Amino acid sequence: MITFTIDGIEVQGEQGQNVLEVALDNGFTIPHLCYHEAVKPYGACRLCLVEVAKGGRTRLTTSCNYPVMEGVSVQTNTEKIMRARRMIIELLLARCPDAPILKDLAEEYSVGQPRFTLDHDDCILCGLCERVCREVVGVDAITFLGRGSNRKVGPPLEINPKTCIACGACVYVCPTNCIKLKETETERTIVRWGRTLPMKTCKVCGRSFAPWFQLDYFGKITEGLSKDFWDTCPDCRKA
Amino acid sequence: MRRITTPQELEEVRKEIQNGRDPEKPCIAITSGTSARAYGSEKVVKAFRDELKRRRLGKKIDLRVTGGQGFDEREPLVIIHPKEIMYQRVGPNDVEEIITETLLNDRVVDRLLYVHPQTGEKIARKDEVPFYKGQMPIVFGNNALIDPTDIEDYLAIGGYEAFAKVLVAYSPEGVIDIAKRSGLRGRGGGGFPTGVKWESCRNAQGDKHYVICNADEGDPGAYMDRGLLEGNPHSVLEGMMIGAYAIGSDEGYVYVRYEYPLASENVKTAIEQLRECGLLGKDILGTGFDFDIKISRGGGAFVCGESTALMASIEGEAGEPRAKHIHTVESGLWDKPTNLNNVETWANVSFIINKGADWYTTIGTEGSKGTKIFSLVGKVNNTGLVEVPMGMTIREIVFDIGGGIPGGGKLKAVQTGGPSGGCIPASLIDIPVDFDKLAEVGSIMGSGGMIVMDDTTCMVDIAKYFMNFLKDESCGKCTSCREGTRRMYEILDGITQGKGEESDIELLEELSWVMQEASLCALGQTAPNPALSTLRYFRDEYEAHIKDKRCPAGVCKALITYRINADKCTACGMCKKVCPSDAITGEKKVPHRIDPEKCIRCGACVSECKFDAIEVV
Repeated sequence: MITFTIDGIEVQGEQGQNVLEVALDNGFTIPHLCYHEAVKPYGACRLCLVEVAKGGRTRLTTSCNYPVMEGVSVQTNTEKIMRARRMIIELLLARCPDAPILKDLAEEYSVGQPRFTLDHDDCILCGLCERVCREVVGVDAITFLGRGSNRKVGPPLEINPKTCIACGACVYVCPTNCIKLKETETERTIVRWGRTLPMKTCKVCGRSFAPWFQLDYFGKITEGLSKDFWDTCPDCRKA
Repeated sequence: MRRITTPQELEEVRKEIQNGRDPEKPCIAITSGTSARAYGSEKVVKAFRDELKRRRLGKKIDLRVTGGQGFDEREPLVIIHPKEIMYQRVGPNDVEEIITETLLNDRVVDRLLYVHPQTGEKIARKDEVPFYKGQMPIVFGNNALIDPTDIEDYLAIGGYEAFAKVLVAYSPEGVIDIAKRSGLRGRGGGGFPTGVKWESCRNAQGDKHYVICNADEGDPGAYMDRGLLEGNPHSVLEGMMIGAYAIGSDEGYVYVRYEYPLASENVKTAIEQLRECGLLGKDILGTGFDFDIKISRGGGAFVCGESTALMASIEGEAGEPRAKHIHTVESGLWDKPTNLNNVETWANVSFIINKGADWYTTIGTEGSKGTKIFSLVGKVNNTGLVEVPMGMTIREIVFDIGGGIPGGGKLKAVQTGGPSGGCIPASLIDIPVDFDKLAEVGSIMGSGGMIVMDDTTCMVDIAKYFMNFLKDESCGKCTSCREGTRRMYEILDGITQGKGEESDIELLEELSWVMQEASLCALGQTAPNPALSTLRYFRDEYEAHIKDKRCPAGVCKALITYRINADKCTACGMCKKVCPSDAITGEKKVPHRIDPEKCIRCGACVSECKFDAIEVV
């Protein structure tokens, strides 16, 4: 176990853990938009800034990708952190002024009206959708496109992503809710990626429950299940 | 080239090559790097080849095609050895005369000599040209002596002697000790002590270690790494080979930007030659040391010069930096210990081994040893690559070597360190240039870009230019850099458009602080520098733009008006002719007028007027 302090309180983490993870486990509040325990830390949003004192030197750093280290002392809400964090929130709010999560953060941190031209974008480029698609789902259907101020997320070449199984994991992790899923009896669409897939109906109850293409993918990556396992919906499987 | 299997054999081969060469034999050296080629050097080379063949002089006179020799302003250069007569801006039509006059009749062709811009004196010998006189060409000087595509040329001047020496006589720790004692610091910009980096990498746990040469030179106006790779690739590779031995690496990469085709080609040729003669591969010189080098061509992103982004790019991932809480010397390329150095850093190594750490420490300043190659560009007479000892003043570089400001202009500032560097005002040009001094005045050494600016340069406009570059070249991963550079650009653009507000300066400073403190990599952390350094030294210009809606340098189009001075105007009508928006009116013999409503401030009339009658107000 690795022992260090957060705001003066001794905490412990394991090798391979990061400071944010341990802080959250121990009940500390650190805002974060691009971190999710299911995927690797990325360090993009810069909200989870903390001050780490190590070997006589103190520096501002993101906690999500800072590995736990023996004996370091972490501060989570110094004036310096607040000053930087407020500007980060202001920058993100100017980009996506309509995102509820940013409005809430702005209120919490007393960030007023952004001093920059408002953009009315809806994506903060946290990259959670891209990472969950690649690391968890494993289909790598979307990616970052362009760089600098032209950066965005989308399917490669911005054409219908052929590997997307419309599972909705990206929809679930998106902090600004800018990726929408629409579903009818016959098809499911991930609106942002322009991906529409026909739905399969359960052999037992007759309800449509998942896209054909998704179930085919699950069939390919799983082993030891009966041939017709993916023909029935989860509810009927339990019954 | 035959296979060389022992250090003794290497010396034998070297002797054979040297014995076959007569230093007194006339030789025509023609520069043909990228900048010379842009001036048509390949045609000059062909003309010399054809002419020597036609006159059957091929056996009596050698022809050597070299890389750039620094003086890019005057390319292509032709240097006639052994007297080192230098001709500049040579064209194919000059070839016959040079051969007849200089090579056969020992006479100088006056009209092709360099003319001193101030004294008008014609200078024949290369080392007497002021541009070269003030330099200390240790690393870059050998470009003049070799054909970069011929390993024999490099061997003839002592190439791979240092490499063989370390394999035979030094332990890896011994090499690291020399590197540390020499005081060599990274030439890519960071200035980190090279020996210390090597040591950390050597000591890092791992079954495999990599060495990388960073040749992703991306700063606008900087091209010293290109100059070295094109003109003397072996010197860079030899440095890598010595470093690899010190670190315990068996595999290296040269990451060269895609926009450098000639550099890639010359490095490729050099590597092939090394493999062929056994200086790269298994059991090199029978010492048991294995090492090979691969080339990785960058895809064109500035940020790939950042070490972690560069490594991601070699791995085939998008070139995005990652946090360096665990250093790349411990976990770099494919998560293995990796030592990355810049082209120029590697090129210094063999000199340090050959001449010793003590010799090296005699050059430079207390904290910055050795020489540095700068690319001197902008409003300066002699643009090109200059190698000077650390600690030379900006004044000496700009005025003695660079020949001053063209057209009698006045020096306003020197921008060093590329887009993340800063602008040093004319009042500070007597500071010695080294890593620490430049940082003290708010700039950086960077990779060695040095852009000279005169009084027709608007400093807000300059800050805007660099911020525009950075906002496009930021990878866009982290909020502070991506949004920060974009917003700083917007604010600076607003100021140059006359829409600046008094709060803008404060906001720029606030943004700068957050970018420096909160950005993920050095690109974002240093991105505010162009704005911060101009704010530090030229705040009054910002204020003139914001408060008085005036651009003192007369550059920002929204803030200037062109007016014709009736006393100077001869009514020649030239301005009227070139004006694309029909804004100029006036009859013959009557001074012309510009309608400010119609004028688009393109400046065409200013360039066309021979009487300086058009004024900016």
